[in-house]
Amino acid sequence: MSAHPGFPAGRHVVVRVGAYSIRAGRRTLAVSGTLLAAALGLALLGLCLGGSWTAPGDVLAALAGHGDSVVVVREWRLPRVLAALVFGAALGLAGAVFQSLTRNPLGSPDVVGLDAGAYTGALFAITVLGGGPAYLAAGSIAGGLLAAAAVYALSLGSGLGGLRLVVVGIAVNAMLTALNSWIVLRADMEVALAATGWSAGSLNGLDWHEVVLPFAVIAALALLLAALAPAMHQTALGDDQALASGVRLSRLRLLLVLAGVGCTATVTAVAGPIVFIALAAPQIGRLLTRAPGVALVPAALSGAVLLLAADLAAQLLLAPVALPVGVVTTVIGGCYLAALLARRTTRHAR
Amino acid sequence: MTTTDRPGRPGTDDRAGPRATRAHRPVVLAACVLLLLVAVVASLCVGAQTIAPAEIWRALTGAAGGEAYLIVHDVRGPRTLLGICVGAALGTAGTLVQTLTRNPLAEPGILGVTAGAGFAINIGGVLGLAGGQVAQLLLASLGAALAAVLVHALGSAAPLRLVLTGVALSSVLAGISLGLRLMLPDVFDRYRFWSVGSLAGHEQVPLTLPAVTIVVALVCAALVTRPLGALVLGEEVAQSLGGHVLRTRVIVLVLVTLLAGAATAVAGPIAFLGLMVPHLARRPAGASIPWLMAYTMVLGPVLLLASDVGARVLLPTGEVPVAVVTAFVGAPVLIWAVRRRGRVPS
Repeated sequence: MSAHPGFPAGRHVVVRVGAYSIRAGRRTLAVSGTLLAAALGLALLGLCLGGSWTAPGDVLAALAGHGDSVVVVREWRLPRVLAALVFGAALGLAGAVFQSLTRNPLGSPDVVGLDAGAYTGALFAITVLGGGPAYLAAGSIAGGLLAAAAVYALSLGSGLGGLRLVVVGIAVNAMLTALNSWIVLRADMEVALAATGWSAGSLNGLDWHEVVLPFAVIAALALLLAALAPAMHQTALGDDQALASGVRLSRLRLLLVLAGVGCTATVTAVAGPIVFIALAAPQIGRLLTRAPGVALVPAALSGAVLLLAADLAAQLLLAPVALPVGVVTTVIGGCYLAALLARRTTRHAR
Repeated sequence: MTTTDRPGRPGTDDRAGPRATRAHRPVVLAACVLLLLVAVVASLCVGAQTIAPAEIWRALTGAAGGEAYLIVHDVRGPRTLLGICVGAALGTAGTLVQTLTRNPLAEPGILGVTAGAGFAINIGGVLGLAGGQVAQLLLASLGAALAAVLVHALGSAAPLRLVLTGVALSSVLAGISLGLRLMLPDVFDRYRFWSVGSLAGHEQVPLTLPAVTIVVALVCAALVTRPLGALVLGEEVAQSLGGHVLRTRVIVLVLVTLLAGAATAVAGPIAFLGLMVPHLARRPAGASIPWLMAYTMVLGPVLLLASDVGARVLLPTGEVPVAVVTAFVGAPVLIWAVRRRGRVPS
């Protein structure tokens, strides 16, 4: 995967608690700290922004429950900012999982059509099964899993690495997108209007009761991924190495796919398909930390910072009009993808 | 791993023996023309109001007046003609690109060329430039050319990477278009249909200029088949056969730009059609580029008209844009082509 030499002594911190220990590179810790600080700074900015500017001091007071703008900050702006952070982190994790599974920087869920599949599932749940948050979540997860299975089955025999998987994913994505627009056109006016705003991926108008369940699901999936992380590091060394060191590969892969699709689908069910975060966040995290293998924490933090920044940009760019955040991420993501291709990072993967 | 010698080269089909293919070619072409006639009749018959073929014949042969006459003359007739022109243009553009780049995955829609053309018209509309039809055609061709150059520069010659670059470009353009549309809803309302390809609602647009452009380009494409066939054998071979490699390349690229630009200017970006048609046409055509072109020009309209009829039937109320149908039907062809390529190391 990476050309960096192993783990030189002195650059790592080991924390032991009883039988468990966590070992992290100093650079990774520093980068994670910086990203966390950036996320918090952006979050404060996001809480200040809105229909009118609220001074940071007032925002902090409002968070503590004092002042005039308690309702505005705590009930209106906080859910959106938190959603950007959590969903960004979830997308970053999903991207890291799939890029590590496919061993391909382009094999992220948004490129290979898992977002579109989750969206199809969600649309199906709304139009045929008649809504309900539980149906919505289940539908989008089932859609994402089906899309993943389809892409996997169709690129079998060619190995998961390589651009072939990605092009198969692009084709599946195109089919699903066509299917989605057909469903939206068929649907009733109300559903169609709601779905059109949502189809670009948007955090506009989220409130607390919409985000609590997704937050819980994402937290659970993040814990699962944290438990799987050591095994993921082993597989980064190659299948044989992983097997030799006692990793149960097929079970690990199944769990990883479930967790990755779960993260993507949960976000999609609430906010619609938001592209690019899952593609870029793991790469940015890896570039910053220069860590070998899979770096889940930096990926999640980069995702959170990216999505929040994109959401702020979406609110500010055409100020009175609130753009769907998906529009911003689509444009940035396309440019990023083109740059990635131009730099021939994927030269091994033809 | 048995066909390592000629990876993905267009115009080679080893399954149909050359002699058998040669004998069958005219028959298959006649069958294709028959198919086109069926598609035309279906396109005239099917819609919000189904008209019996006999009545269509009466409406076409004279007898002005009556509902059927109005529908056929003012709505479905022009729409069918539009479908024939656009289908032939996109199919031929696809065949030209695939043959020139020897890339079975190439196609103006996937490579973002049609997206570039549609985007150029959108931008022209915002700046107030896309008033006349000539201006639209010029803008579309310019956009198509720019997109083609950009994608080729970024994606280089590697087939799979070219597809990815095209998709990246299309998504960037789509995002910017959506942002602009939200920013300037009034200006953009008129240009909205250039974001999703559709044959509906263009019945009253004068077709003369785009149709003439497309027909001229199709004739040129037919004339260029012979030097192109030489080029398929490799640049050195083409040169030693007396062909002008660079000239042929430039002519083909200009033709692709014109065809994709003109088709997009009248119908909006329609992807995957140019991918499907050459793959279908290659089966009966074998290695012959002239026959490939002939089949393409007949099968392109057949596919687009069939998709358009599907687009009218798929919704109980109203229609889906035809680009949605072509994407749904055409994406599996991309998967198939990728998997077929997969047997040879690329």
